[in-house]
Amino acid sequence: MLQVVDLTCSRGDRALFENLSFSVRPGELLHIQGANGCGKTTLLRALCGLSQPAHGEIRWQGTAIRELAGQYRTQLCYVGHANGIQGDLNAAENLRFGTCVGNADSHADITAALERVGLSRAARLPAKFLSQGQKRRLALARLLVSSSPLWVLDEPLTALDVHFGATMSGQLASHVAGGGLVVITSHQELTVAAPIQKIQLDR
Amino acid sequence: MYKYASPKNFYVLAGQLIPWLGIITLVLFATGLYLGLYVAPPDYQQGDSYRIMFIHVPAAWMSMYVYVMMAGAGLVGLVWNIKLADMLATASAPIGASLTLMALVTGSLWGKPTWGTYWVWDARLTSELLLFFLYLGFIALQAAIDEPRRSARAGAVLALVGVVDIPIIHFSVIWWNTLHQPASIGALNRIISPTIYPTMLHPLLINSLAFFLFYYMVVLMRMRGEILARERHTGWVMQIVRASAEAAR
Amino acid sequence: MPQTLLGTARCIFRRDLTLAARKPADVATPLAFFVIVTSLFPLGVGPEPNVLSKLAPGVLWVAALLASMLSMGRLFAADYADGTLEQLTLSPHALTPIVFAKVAAHWVTSGLLLVVLSPLLAMQLSLPGQATWTLIATLLLGTPVLSLLGSVGAALTLGVRGGGVLLSLLVLPLYTPILIFGAGAVTASASGLDTTAYFSLLGAFLLLALAFTPWATAAALRISLD
Repeated sequence: MLQVVDLTCSRGDRALFENLSFSVRPGELLHIQGANGCGKTTLLRALCGLSQPAHGEIRWQGTAIRELAGQYRTQLCYVGHANGIQGDLNAAENLRFGTCVGNADSHADITAALERVGLSRAARLPAKFLSQGQKRRLALARLLVSSSPLWVLDEPLTALDVHFGATMSGQLASHVAGGGLVVITSHQELTVAAPIQKIQLDR
Repeated sequence: MYKYASPKNFYVLAGQLIPWLGIITLVLFATGLYLGLYVAPPDYQQGDSYRIMFIHVPAAWMSMYVYVMMAGAGLVGLVWNIKLADMLATASAPIGASLTLMALVTGSLWGKPTWGTYWVWDARLTSELLLFFLYLGFIALQAAIDEPRRSARAGAVLALVGVVDIPIIHFSVIWWNTLHQPASIGALNRIISPTIYPTMLHPLLINSLAFFLFYYMVVLMRMRGEILARERHTGWVMQIVRASAEAAR
Repeated sequence: MPQTLLGTARCIFRRDLTLAARKPADVATPLAFFVIVTSLFPLGVGPEPNVLSKLAPGVLWVAALLASMLSMGRLFAADYADGTLEQLTLSPHALTPIVFAKVAAHWVTSGLLLVVLSPLLAMQLSLPGQATWTLIATLLLGTPVLSLLGSVGAALTLGVRGGGVLLSLLVLPLYTPILIFGAGAVTASASGLDTTAYFSLLGAFLLLALAFTPWATAAALRISLD
């Protein structure tokens, strides 16, 4: 279970949000909403341990993530605002590197994952020639080869076409149904067949 | 003790300390300079020109002390996330850089009558020059980062790497200096050899103490300014601003 | 099973080499700088071989040091811009060995190539044969230290305005001991003196840098990403 207690994050000397508390249980999806600049990305980055909150604590299975460090990161797969794709590597190489760095099976089936995100024909193409949407798909393919229960996704649906958006929603639903946890920001309404918890970040 | 770690209490406490530090510093300086410039006899070799060491040596000592303070404060800020420690490090840097510059300028002024030129690559002067560059790097790095916390923490890492490297730089420069310089050009160190007369030693020590307290006075003043800037949205700072606006009218 | 630490490190090392191979211009630019800067000196001080051979140790070392520093910018910049750096810090493995793998790959595509190029430039500056061997050996020991120290600066200046010039201000003072002992050894060797002490010290610096800088760089990266 992911637990957020009394969390305050600030940028400069301005507090983005104060004393935020919530928890996400296995089999739940948390949809964080709010206007631009209200701190959604900051919150997600804090959940990953990338940015330090001004105060408050984030706990995984009851222990602060600061203490868990690497152990927590094995439980986590983060697809952020930036795709984490090197233009001079091809799609397959990018994904293999992702699995190698992250928490994925080292023998994960790259080809199958690329096929599922509809990139098998572009697999050998340097990633700089992919479209925005294709790059997003490639970033999301990391989820398919990951074995982490907690997915933290920053606007995963931007630049995706309707068809793949639906595929992605199905993917989220099956992850949650399998006991996974999802924390997601999205400006679109989510049509995921799963229990959805919502937080409105801007007051 | 712990309650002074809050910026507001620290602001008040520092405000009370500063006048006292100022008075003691002034008295020490007056005594030290009187003893150094009038009471101490001329050097049998260098005449009166050696007297600049009463400024040069304390400045050089303090320039190194301040860097160590900066790194120490940076470490405390980094590990325990204490804002006052971050402010201490940031506030120290320009003071340390000024002291280093003072040591360089006085050293080169001393060099003119002694060596016949304003600059020689003497070990101590070269070390001070590199220390000056390290200070500039720290100040430039902090100035280039807008987000105060990132700026403080990045500065702390740099200061820590610097503080490990400074003894190595110092030692390397001494090695390099003994290899490349003819022995007749001695280091500035020679004038504070163990055989120094008490009449020369006393003003040196008194001035060093004066520099030491001067640093603390200025750093407290700078930290107070920084506290006001960072806490400008809080009630107690608004009150101070309003009060001083009233007084000005 | 997720990758072992060694597997991850090897993977990062290989990826960075692949990327360098696909962007040869990035690798070549600091090398070209090295060659051009050293070639400028004879034009500035005159072509007399005995003057040049006297200046050669210092010139070659300073040029190599500057070239190494110029190459540091690309160590993390691309990974920072495209979000890969976030993924690296979120790896289950500690960041320090990951940093180490990146610096190692970077050194192979910068410092090592400077070493390979150096005898050619030494010949241009009429450095004696014995001293050229010393130059190669000192660069081999010294350039990894430059890369390691430079990685701290590169991590601290990520995404900061004026990053390139700032980087030079941060790391050049830290580089001075390496310059002193690197160039000192070559000078000593050119005048037929013993160089053992220089090598012991350069070796000690390398060990010290290996022990501390990846840790400092990892800390700096986390700060820059916050």
